[in-house]
Amino acid sequence: MAMLEVRNLGKCFAATEVLTDISFSLEKGESLAVIGSSGSGKTTMLRCLNFLETPDKGAIWVNGQCVFDAAAHKTLSSGEIRRRRLHFGLVFQSFNLFPQYTAFQNVVLAGELLAKERTDFRSNKRAILEEIHQRGRELLDSVGLSAKLDSYPHQLSGGQQQRVAIARALALNPDILCFDEPTSALDPELTGEVLNVIRSLAERNTTMVIVTHEMQFARHVADNVLFMDQGLVVEYGRAAEVIDHPSQERTRKFLENYGVNEGNGA
Amino acid sequence: MQAMGAWFLNIWEQFDFNIIQGDRYKMLLDGLGTNATITVCAALLGLLLGAVVALMRLSNLRALRGMATVYVTVVRGTPVVVQLMIVWFVVLVNTPVTKTFAAIIAFALNSAAYVGEIIRGGILSIDKGQTEAGRSLGLSAGATMLLIVIPQALKNSLPALLNEFIALWKETSVVGFIGLMDLTKAGDYIKSRTFSAFFPLLTVAAIYLLVVMALTRVFGLVERRLRQSDNR
Repeated sequence: MAMLEVRNLGKCFAATEVLTDISFSLEKGESLAVIGSSGSGKTTMLRCLNFLETPDKGAIWVNGQCVFDAAAHKTLSSGEIRRRRLHFGLVFQSFNLFPQYTAFQNVVLAGELLAKERTDFRSNKRAILEEIHQRGRELLDSVGLSAKLDSYPHQLSGGQQQRVAIARALALNPDILCFDEPTSALDPELTGEVLNVIRSLAERNTTMVIVTHEMQFARHVADNVLFMDQGLVVEYGRAAEVIDHPSQERTRKFLENYGVNEGNGA
Repeated sequence: MQAMGAWFLNIWEQFDFNIIQGDRYKMLLDGLGTNATITVCAALLGLLLGAVVALMRLSNLRALRGMATVYVTVVRGTPVVVQLMIVWFVVLVNTPVTKTFAAIIAFALNSAAYVGEIIRGGILSIDKGQTEAGRSLGLSAGATMLLIVIPQALKNSLPALLNEFIALWKETSVVGFIGLMDLTKAGDYIKSRTFSAFFPLLTVAAIYLLVVMALTRVFGLVERRLRQSDNR
């Protein structure tokens, strides 16, 4: 059973159709790189997965469970939408860390709030919080920031901020971790440290959807690649296959602009 | 030389007569206390109410938005002294509350309209990504607003809020209209007893000015402190 299954997703902004009939599925532990030029709908697709945009058509299934159905979405309570959203974690292009909280607080905040809704929270407060804090420290350690627990976002470099954001998105154990151009706001030097973190997540079989412009990274780290153009899925397949031997003319044209495959005649 | 000495002596006598004798300075200080009480209480209450007004103005519900807009329009469209008199002589007439309480209510309601607009601007100035980050982490809309957006909005609007506090401090000088003996009224009263306007009124003005200068200085330090975390 696929971890993530997207069926016929469609989205319009006013009269403009930005997503048309998007369908794909992703197995557990696999990563998917979504590529395409600006305005192709990649980010909108990712935002639909996180319910930051509500798709007009289609359905999203996670682990055999329907988490979104355009036909029935309006009947859901906001609490239910909130719960279903937790299947996904999201890392933003511009980090969006909370500036008034430290790196550590950024990571544990949502978990603490969620724990307060548990029925056994009062009786078990100390143990529950300690578990959340322990997990927060481990996560920051795993992204190489155990020395920066008490730093505020403005005291961190862009790369460090994005690594905190990754730890924050992982804190609630989402089934699928989504990245929206996670390195586009970083200079090349800092890009490397963030990509290394994502690479190590891939090696630990984290299910991920990564919208990216880093073709080499998509080729070598992601299991699958999905190429979008004008709101359509043009090509979807194994990363090496799609990037080295694109079957569609449009994919080939796009990749040529990135200097990938030059000279191999594809 | 002698003329100048006489002049200074005269000044001192005038000052002594207008401010010291009959414990008139105590009257001024009591009045100062009245203004301070009203300003601080009204500012705190106004901040809370203002936050509510701001949230109503930004609400998705048309009715809430409409109510808040009418409120802001009416309060900003009428003089505060008229509002004060309406609160005391109309709304709270025949109630056992004190004049000071009535003044606090009136100034809080007045301040809330201005503070509401300041906070609304502050909330709108916060990047949408902050809300989205909160929501994507499963926070409710309320928790996102309260824990993520409003702290940043308050920080951004702090300079404007402190200005509003200083304006409020000076505006409370009209509470004499409902018969409260505040600093301004005390000066006016002394003037009527000594038949001399110069010292009572200039002393009153000097006290207002000193308080404002002190507040400006303190607020400046607070703002500088907060700005240190702004270099992102």
